[in-house]
Amino acid sequence: MSTGTFTPAPARAPMRAILRSQIRMELVLTARRGEAVVLAMGVPLLVLLGAGLTDVTTVPGDDRLAFVVPGVLALTVMSTAFTGQAITTGYERSYGVLKRLGASPLTRPGLLLAKTAAVLALIVVQLLVLAGVGAAVGWRPDAGQLLPALGVTVLATAAYSGLALLLASVLKPETTTGAATLIYVLMLAAGGIMFTTPDVAVVLPLAAHAEALRATLSHGTGVPAADWLSLAAWAVVCVTAAVKKMRWE
Amino acid sequence: MTDGAVEVRDVVVRYGATTAVDGVSLGVPRGRVLALLGHNGAGKTSLLQVCEGFRAADGGECRVLGLDPIADHDALMPRLGIMLQSGGVYPWATAGEILRLFASFSANPLSPDMLIDRLGLRKFERTRFRRLSGGEQQRLSLAIALVGRPELVFLDEPTAGMDTESRHTTWQLIEELRSDGVSVLLTTHLLDEAERLADDVVIMREGRVAATGTPAELTAAAGIDLLEVRADAGLQPQSTQFAAVEKTPGEYVITGNLDAAAIAEAIAWFAKAGAQVTAVNTRRRTLEDVYLALTADATRKAGAAR
Repeated sequence: MSTGTFTPAPARAPMRAILRSQIRMELVLTARRGEAVVLAMGVPLLVLLGAGLTDVTTVPGDDRLAFVVPGVLALTVMSTAFTGQAITTGYERSYGVLKRLGASPLTRPGLLLAKTAAVLALIVVQLLVLAGVGAAVGWRPDAGQLLPALGVTVLATAAYSGLALLLASVLKPETTTGAATLIYVLMLAAGGIMFTTPDVAVVLPLAAHAEALRATLSHGTGVPAADWLSLAAWAVVCVTAAVKKMRWE
Repeated sequence: MTDGAVEVRDVVVRYGATTAVDGVSLGVPRGRVLALLGHNGAGKTSLLQVCEGFRAADGGECRVLGLDPIADHDALMPRLGIMLQSGGVYPWATAGEILRLFASFSANPLSPDMLIDRLGLRKFERTRFRRLSGGEQQRLSLAIALVGRPELVFLDEPTAGMDTESRHTTWQLIEELRSDGVSVLLTTHLLDEAERLADDVVIMREGRVAATGTPAELTAAAGIDLLEVRADAGLQPQSTQFAAVEKTPGEYVITGNLDAAAIAEAIAWFAKAGAQVTAVNTRRRTLEDVYLALTADATRKAGAAR
C-alpha cells in the first residue's frame, strides 16, 4: 500500500511525555479560571493578614502568627485539593472531558496521576508563597519537624482529593460546586483556623491538619497522635470511597 | 471471528427496562468504511459506545482490532481515533492547545498545523472551545480523532451541525482516510453521506439490523421502480405484466414488477400500437427510498405514540 497522509502509524508517546503535557494543561487551565485563583491565594492571604495581624478574633497564646499561619497553610491545602478539585472535576465530568481523555493514550490511571501531580505542584507553590508572606510579617517557623509536617500534609491531600472525586462522581456539577463551597465555608468557620475551637474538632481533617502544622512548624514538637489518627482515617475512607464510586461520565 | 477491524456479534445494550441495542451483529473489514444508518434512538450511538469501550455490552461479543474494548482498553486506545457526538473537550482551552495536547499523546502524530489548515480551523486556533460554533467544535473533534494516526476511527455523526462546505471537506477527508487504509465506522442519519462514503451500510431500526449491504446492493435489491415513456398522447397501454397511467398527455408512467421481461413487454406494446416513442427512462430506487420503506413502520409507530 502506498503511503498517504493518513496511513496508520499509531503509537503511544512515552508515558512521561504524556503526563508532562497533561499536567501542564491542568495547571494552565487552573490559572485561567479567576475563581480558582481567588480560592487558591486570595482567601488564604486575607485570612493570614486579617487574623494574623489584627485582634479581630481570639486565639490562644500571645503569638497570633504562630497560631494563624499554620492554620492558613492547612486551609490552602483544603481549598486546592478539595474545593477546587471537586468543582473542576465535576464540570469536566459533565463536559465529557474525563470520558474523552480516559479513552486517549493518556488512559484513566494516567489522568488521575496527572491531576494528583498538578494539585501537588500547585499546593507546593501556594504553601511556599504563603509561608514566605507569613515569615515576612513576623512568623518564626521551626524547621526541626518538617518531615512530619509534610507527612500530615500528604495525608490531608489524599483525603481531600478522595472526597473531591467522590463528590464530583455522585453529584451534578452545580450541586458539587455548591456543596464543595459550603463545606469550605463551614470548615473555615469551625476548623480552628481563625479562632480556637473545642478539642473535639480534631475529628475534622482541617482542624487536625492545622493543629499538626502548629505543633510541628510553630512549636517544633511532634504531631499529636489524635491528629495522625484522624487524618489517616480520613485518607483511607475517602480514597477507598472514591475508588469505588469514581464515575467517568 | 475473523480479523476484521470491528467484529460485533449479538450485542445487546439495555438502559434499565429499555433495550437500546437488541442483538446486533456486524463487521467492519480492515480499510473499509461502514455507515450505521438510522433514526435518532435507533441504537447507533449505544452500539458505538460498546465498541469504544465506554460501556460493557449486556450481551454478545465485541472485538475491536482483535482486542476486547474493556479488558484491553489501554492497549487499544492509542490505535483508535474517537470522535464523540459532542463535548469531550475542556471548554476553557483553545482549539490549538487541545489539538496539540492530543498530538503530544502520540509518538508520531500528524502535524497539528496540517490538520488545522485542512479543517479550516486556522482562524479559531486561539479561540476557546466554548466560543466555537457547533460545526467548528465538530471539525476540531475530528482533528483530535485523527491526530494520532489511528488504524480505526469511530465517528459519531461526524457532519452534524456543519455547513455545506465543511461537510464536503469532511467527506473528502474520510475518503482519503479510506484510500490510506484507515478503517472507519461512522453513524449518520444522512442518506447522501452514507451513499457517498460507505462501502457497507447497516440500517438500524429500534435496536436491530433492518438491512445490510453495499449501497448498490441495497438499492439493486429493490429493483427498478418505474418506467417513464414519452410517446403519442391518448394511448391506453394494457397488460397483465404492468400498470400504465398517462400522467400528462404523451407521458406514461409504468409500474409493477418491472423485471426485464415486463420492460420488454411494455416497450413492445408501444411498438405494436405504432406509437412514436421519443424517450424511455427507468427510475431506480435510491437508498433513501429503501431507508424510508424499511423505517416507515417505526415512524408510524412513533407518530401514533405522539
